[in-house]
Amino acid sequence: MKNKNKLSLWIISILSGLLFLSPFYIVLTNSFKTQKGIFTDVMGLPKDFFTTNNYVEAFIALDFVKSFTNSLLITVGSSLIIIVLSAMAAWMLVRTKTKLSSFLFLVFAAAMLIPFQSVMLPLINIMGKVGLLNPGGLMFMYLGFGSSLSIILYHGFIKGIPKELEEAATIDGCNKLQVFFYIIFPLLKPITVTVSILNVMWIWNDFLLPQLVINDPKWHTIPLKMFYFFGQFSKRWDLALAGLVIAMIPIILFYFVAQKHIIKGVTQGSIK
Amino acid sequence: MKTSKGWFSIFVGPILFAFIVVVIIPMFMGVYYSFTSWNGINNNATWVGLKNYVEIFTEDKEFLDVFLFTAKFAIVSVISINLIGFLLALLVTKGLKVSNFLRSAFFLPNLIGGLILGFIWQFIFTKGFDAVGAKLGIEFLRGWLADTQTGFWGLVILMSWQMSGYMMVIYIAALQNIPDSLLEAAEIDGAGSFEKLIHITIPLVAPAFTIGLFLTLSNSFKLYDQNLSLTGGGPYNSTQMLAMNIYNTAFKFNDFGLAQAKAVIFLITVAAISITQIYYSKKKEVEM
Repeated sequence: MKNKNKLSLWIISILSGLLFLSPFYIVLTNSFKTQKGIFTDVMGLPKDFFTTNNYVEAFIALDFVKSFTNSLLITVGSSLIIIVLSAMAAWMLVRTKTKLSSFLFLVFAAAMLIPFQSVMLPLINIMGKVGLLNPGGLMFMYLGFGSSLSIILYHGFIKGIPKELEEAATIDGCNKLQVFFYIIFPLLKPITVTVSILNVMWIWNDFLLPQLVINDPKWHTIPLKMFYFFGQFSKRWDLALAGLVIAMIPIILFYFVAQKHIIKGVTQGSIK
Repeated sequence: MKTSKGWFSIFVGPILFAFIVVVIIPMFMGVYYSFTSWNGINNNATWVGLKNYVEIFTEDKEFLDVFLFTAKFAIVSVISINLIGFLLALLVTKGLKVSNFLRSAFFLPNLIGGLILGFIWQFIFTKGFDAVGAKLGIEFLRGWLADTQTGFWGLVILMSWQMSGYMMVIYIAALQNIPDSLLEAAEIDGAGSFEKLIHITIPLVAPAFTIGLFLTLSNSFKLYDQNLSLTGGGPYNSTQMLAMNIYNTAFKFNDFGLAQAKAVIFLITVAAISITQIYYSKKKEVEM
């Protein structure tokens, strides 16, 4: 009876795993087929229709090196600013027991309920007026939108850190900035990993904000480039699929390197 | 020697500035613009009072359809995502050897941006489904995304595939927090697997359901990228959702005032649903 249960559990597991992975199989196999091959046989392996040309063409059409560098720069840049500034703010908000600090924390938390679409039109208007519709402005906007979740996560973590260390450092003559960067920030490492991962995943994949902000094609990120690439080659599934695979590779590699932290980050991030 | 107020501004100031400029000011300006005839280009935002709001509910027939489509989508996908996520969590916590591999497989879709996922499924529905349908003679699989029904279910399938792995991770954490002693005690009292699930596991993971429901509900309402790349709102705007409708009203029809009024309704809807849902779910939770 027990063994039979185990067997059926095993079969269900494998089947559901295959079901979940099948879209990747379909995209991957067809990305190596010629256009004719895709229309002749979608489900099979490439065999007679095998080609790697799609990848070469898609790589060039996506201007991949450039769009990858842009994505990387914008993602890493914004995440770094968010991490440092939100950790600083969260620490001060925890350690300052005033009405203002609890009010500010409440406002940051409540802002999680605001959907992006409800602020995007005035935001783009303002940013356009001050000439910030460029990567710098984009990073500034990510800082604003990323502040809520990051401050909440840091806030929760910092509450559990005893004050004595800071007091000792203050007596030794450190000012607040020194206390923060020498004592506190290193202690925050576990939650910093979580905050970075959540921000990286979100900013790397974001499409709408860059679409509204980045007008200059030389600054196009991967999702943005993918969108225009698709518009241009909408009848060419061979190229489009190879492009999709190329676009997915960086984040999937990132997942296999940081898997443990990602899973932990997602869990921590949701238990607010 | 700096005053504590000075230090407060140095530490909180920079991010607060960004937050106010990016979130708070646009939110209030947005509410103001919703009462104007703003066209987004020049600054002639003439005050028109409730005209935009009246127009949304009287002349703009499309908005009501969009709203209902979004609500229907949200309900169906919230149920499906959380149900699948919970079942996957139960499956991978049974101690099978393949569990670790499966966790990765189930979570994988979540990493990839919504836009790319939408394109992937556009291919699968239009080409993959069609080919299988033709080969096996299953008419049901053919012509997906060509009508409202298949477009709707296409979006639900895509969203469930993407998000149930995320929910699984949250539910795994909750399941692992249940003390073994409780389950053992129930077993000694003669409870079967199903009874343990209903009377112990589900009540104890209730806090995770609150989070799961909140995340999926607000994500479903805010869906944009997947909607854009899977169906583009077609055919004939019948699978258009709220976020896309706001975007199109502004940028395709250059009616920023009307779009902003829709955005305000959107904001109120999302906030009201989230707050109500959290309030009721919290009440139902059991203390461990």
